[in-house]
Amino acid sequence: MLDFTPKEYVDRKGLVINPAKTCQPVGAMYAALGIHKCLPHSHGSQGCCAYHRKFLTRHFRDPVMASTSSFTEGAAVFGGGTNLKTAIKNVFSIYNPDIIAIHTTCLSETIGDDIPAIILQSQVPEGKIVIHANTPSYVGSHITGFSNMVKGMVKYLSKNSGVPNGKINVIPGFVNPADMREMKRILKAFGAEFIMFPDTSGVLDAPMTGKYEMYPSGGTKVEELIDTGNSKATIALGSFASADGAFELDKKCKVPYTVLKTPIGIEATDRFLMEISKITGKEIPYELEEERGQVVDVMVDCHYHYHGKKVAIFGDPDLVIALTEFAISLGMIPKYVLTGTPGDSFEKEVGEMLKAAGVDGKVKAAGDLFTLHQWIKEEPVDLLMGTTHGKYIARAEDIPFVRIGFPILDRSVHSYMPLVGYRGAMRIIEMISNTLLDRQDRDAADEDLELIM
Amino acid sequence: MKQKLDKILEKYPAAVFKNRKQHIVVKDDSAEQPQTIAANVRTIPGIITNRGCCYAGCKGVVLGPLRDAVVLTHGPIGCGYYTWGTRRNKGRTKGDELNLLAYCFSTDLQESDIVFGGEKKLYQAIREAVDIFKPKTIFICATCPVGLIGDDIHAVALRAQKEFGIKVVAFSCEGYKGVSQSGGHHIANNGLIKHIIGTGEKAVGKYSINLLGEYNIGGDGWEIERILKKIGYEIVALIPGNGTVEDLKYAHKATLNVIQCHRSINYIGDMMRTKYGQDWLKVNFIGISSTIKSLRDLARYFDDPDLYARTEAVIAEELEEITPQIEEYRKICKGKTAALFVGGSRAHHYQHLFKDLGVETVLAGYEFAHRDDYEGREVLPTIKEDGDSKNIENLEVEPDPKHYRIFLSKEKYEQLKNEIQLNDYTGMIREMKNGSLVIDDLNHYETEEILKLLKPDIFCSGIKDKYVAHKAGIFSKQLHSYDYSGPYAGFRGAVIFARDIAMGLKTPSWKLVTPPWKTQPIIEGSYVC
Repeated sequence: MLDFTPKEYVDRKGLVINPAKTCQPVGAMYAALGIHKCLPHSHGSQGCCAYHRKFLTRHFRDPVMASTSSFTEGAAVFGGGTNLKTAIKNVFSIYNPDIIAIHTTCLSETIGDDIPAIILQSQVPEGKIVIHANTPSYVGSHITGFSNMVKGMVKYLSKNSGVPNGKINVIPGFVNPADMREMKRILKAFGAEFIMFPDTSGVLDAPMTGKYEMYPSGGTKVEELIDTGNSKATIALGSFASADGAFELDKKCKVPYTVLKTPIGIEATDRFLMEISKITGKEIPYELEEERGQVVDVMVDCHYHYHGKKVAIFGDPDLVIALTEFAISLGMIPKYVLTGTPGDSFEKEVGEMLKAAGVDGKVKAAGDLFTLHQWIKEEPVDLLMGTTHGKYIARAEDIPFVRIGFPILDRSVHSYMPLVGYRGAMRIIEMISNTLLDRQDRDAADEDLELIM
Repeated sequence: MKQKLDKILEKYPAAVFKNRKQHIVVKDDSAEQPQTIAANVRTIPGIITNRGCCYAGCKGVVLGPLRDAVVLTHGPIGCGYYTWGTRRNKGRTKGDELNLLAYCFSTDLQESDIVFGGEKKLYQAIREAVDIFKPKTIFICATCPVGLIGDDIHAVALRAQKEFGIKVVAFSCEGYKGVSQSGGHHIANNGLIKHIIGTGEKAVGKYSINLLGEYNIGGDGWEIERILKKIGYEIVALIPGNGTVEDLKYAHKATLNVIQCHRSINYIGDMMRTKYGQDWLKVNFIGISSTIKSLRDLARYFDDPDLYARTEAVIAEELEEITPQIEEYRKICKGKTAALFVGGSRAHHYQHLFKDLGVETVLAGYEFAHRDDYEGREVLPTIKEDGDSKNIENLEVEPDPKHYRIFLSKEKYEQLKNEIQLNDYTGMIREMKNGSLVIDDLNHYETEEILKLLKPDIFCSGIKDKYVAHKAGIFSKQLHSYDYSGPYAGFRGAVIFARDIAMGLKTPSWKLVTPPWKTQPIIEGSYVC
């Protein structure tokens, strides 16, 4: 497996091998699916749209709908205005969404299609909405695309009507529907009024009923998106995915914001709870404190399962930053921390955490899995955590592997189970522990196989 | 049926209605003229097509499976990323050969590359690939922005080829070219003919063939190879499943080209016929009866008593092995109906396998096939190339003075031409049952409506459709990825397919879809202790 990856590190300037990111539009598509009765639309040639739908479908094992402008060479040369106008007309008359959320690709960005102008020239039925975000694939990653679409929602929809709604906006970041459900459960435990956007729960984890629903019951409603401008405050979870949307909302509607880490692990969840408490003026409910205590109880009881283990973590920046913090609190050693998404703040933030923990590790933004594999070959780790693509390295180097992040293509159920909050923390501990103990069992001599561990 | 269909189509805006009508045919055995269908034309914007792009057809389908080449995507990261491990074209390394199937190579273009051009970065990426992997071949595949910013990837390829002393070939398969994956197949075929096939020399045996348009999805190619080798054929080149560029170089030495997927590889079949004199034979190794027929057709071409005997002996042996198992699954499948919507060839091939299991195909359609795949190659002269596909080069080749050979006498050729599909393919429509539906470039709306109308027991399509059908309570089997199973080809593949279909139909979960309280009253009143 991966037999042609040499041990000697090679510095590369032109070639990316086995990326740890993908391109913007799929993030925008995911964000748009978090709007109720929304059809995402990809303004480019149709290959992108097919790939992005597949990426999400394979991760969630659920239908993922999106339309495309289906550029031909003519449109690529002379502009895609006609294609988009035709698409808008067809989508509304055939598929009847309440809102179309357009994103772009490297094609329409390179030719410079003026989307707002094209939307103005389009036939949009009464009461229907078209919004857009520019998502050039040659900038950032899918996380940037998610962030841009969230910003697009604010730009087009958020309004400060002057009547405060007393709610908290929560931008959950690029996380699973289960995480959004868990965040909402926490907010409800406070009795807090909130608007979460986008929200893919009830969309990409919709139940089987025997009847296919093109627009499932989930998703943030358009009127809620408009109302985000009247909220008390915005909590942006994950700086890469959510900060820009919150900043835009502050700029446009004067809603103050706080950017927090994705609430993975004890400390990040603590900060999320304290922030809710601060904004709402409500005490932290006992049921959450109880959950917290349960996790810490497990952490102390089982520390010897994972303490001192060297771990390599890769994936999307917000998730990896939070996961690194959690790993440190578990007494693990995050030896290699890598994201494919570019951004100096990643290296800075993770670097500082490692330094504070006294860990001598390597951190890289805009890195790829070939680099990560080479690092591991130089000095191995005890555990690898990341997306499905990591399984090749795990196999090549015989490293225990925990699947976490986007995409997970080779296991099921993961998208229904939270990683965030205290419950998510408990689940991550279980995954890490089980994986390491399974390996210990596998490797043990007969006389060393333990009944109780 | 016709009226019900019209009712479905009525919802379309006028222009869409007019367009889509031409892509839908109800098979009518009483029709005086052969039925025609519109195909290989541009997709309607906003219709929710299943189609992909030219790059997918070139890099993802044809070039990607060649395991000893660095297939380098020149573009932003997505295109390379999405074709990384997602098509299950398996490959196994022989000895110390290079096998790069688990790798994804990209120039990961950034904004500055779009502004100042990506040629320098491409050259640098090639240099790094050469340093690290020492490949003998590098293929460069273009993506959407490459054509627009004017990167001359062919010039970079030429320069790198000279500098590094290896084969470097560029493919201008920008995603917007043509109207679907199909354009990409053509571009890949042209490049392989121009730069790879016929560049090596090697002695081959008497019963030598190339297996063309077989992608070894889930190991299909291996099962076909197993059967062919058992009979005594020598396979010179596999194009492309589990194939190597090294073997492709000798493809012109084989006696016959055996074609599984007509759509993606017929160009190479035709061009090799003109250039080297090799005939091609359309086969179908999906399904038991069709595999038997294909093996017999193949034997007829070589017309050798030993080969006939070996062919029949192998068929008998294989049938003995699989018949008891197939019969078990057939009991579960018999009498069911299937709707098939797959890329450019499987919607036809799998009808045979379903027939073997007693399943009737009520709908079949392709994403990107051309009229000849639907109606047969006899309509080729009547197909008008439209503006959207004109940019795909039609490569003109001439007989190769050194390698051109004639394999069959004129009389023999004429005789065989009437008996087997020699340099010919008769298409899907004529094999379909009266009253069944044929739909080209089926879209989401039609899928939903037609599933409601036909209520098939099995819907065979791809990943984007699969869960739509499941949510509606219809078992869906992916015929692109085989739902991570396979092989489905040949004799043993038929058993695995039958097992998978039977399993999908019988899984007890289907009975749990409706909660009991929706169908039974919950007893009112309370217990008295």
